Amino acid sequence: MTTTISDLIPPIMVAQAAFALMIVFTLSGAFLAVIPKKIVHNILGLCLAMFGITGVYLYLGSQFVAMMQLLIYVGAICMTYIFAIMLSPPLEKELPKRNKLKVITSAAVSSVVFIVMVKMIMSLKFEPLTDITRDWSIKALGHELLGRYFLVFELISLLLAIAIIGSIMVASFVRKKD
Amino acid sequence: MECLTTYLILGALLFCIGIYGILQHSTLIGMLIATELMLNGAAINFMAFNMFLSKNPASGQIFTLFIMGVAAAEAAVALSIIITVYRNFKTINADSVSELKG
Repeated sequence: MTTTISDLIPPIMVAQAAFALMIVFTLSGAFLAVIPKKIVHNILGLCLAMFGITGVYLYLGSQFVAMMQLLIYVGAICMTYIFAIMLSPPLEKELPKRNKLKVITSAAVSSVVFIVMVKMIMSLKFEPLTDITRDWSIKALGHELLGRYFLVFELISLLLAIAIIGSIMVASFVRKKD
Repeated sequence: MECLTTYLILGALLFCIGIYGILQHSTLIGMLIATELMLNGAAINFMAFNMFLSKNPASGQIFTLFIMGVAAAEAAVALSIIITVYRNFKTINADSVSELKG
């Protein structure tokens, strides 16, 4: 009889540890995305947070959305930000002094919002459904996307096309200031 | 891990970190990054309700995909606006771009 690694460490413990790791990735990335002054550090924090959210989506049962999150956010949006930084000023020269009153006010506002939200979440009782169909397949998603949500799907593609054309127009034809 | 409240609190925490970032950052790109965090907090809520409470398991995922599409469009437009602002004002500090102030 051979002992495998799943005898030594139970798989549920591994799953919980991985979940905790993903939460730590998400939260540390989110704090890294807002607190440092240099924008490159903020963008790297955003990448880390998006990676953590990918893991959270895997725990929520959808591989497809998790892969889309990884592709769109980490692959596309963070890269776009980095390109935009490379096209804009060298920011290390003029780091603006941080207004202390502004920091304290914004921390107070966000913590008050958070406390109110947590109180609201705790006060609600959600009845778990018993007869949930667990059809998570990509096939079901595609049927829904091309059936019931077809109009929204087409509108999203139109929106993306218009946004890309509009951003090229805005960035390339600049009015001369007089 | 198997409880809806964990995910809801995670989403709320991301949303509030986003609010903090928007209010305290002085550059425009920093504000945009904080906006992405807020959008993701909302998307986590959609996915959590979809997993635990929804009868139709595809609808929450589809909403999350739509949020991603809108976020991509928003990032493209906002970054081009920021590049234009930098060309015109030579700064991306939000406080100094105040030509429309009366």
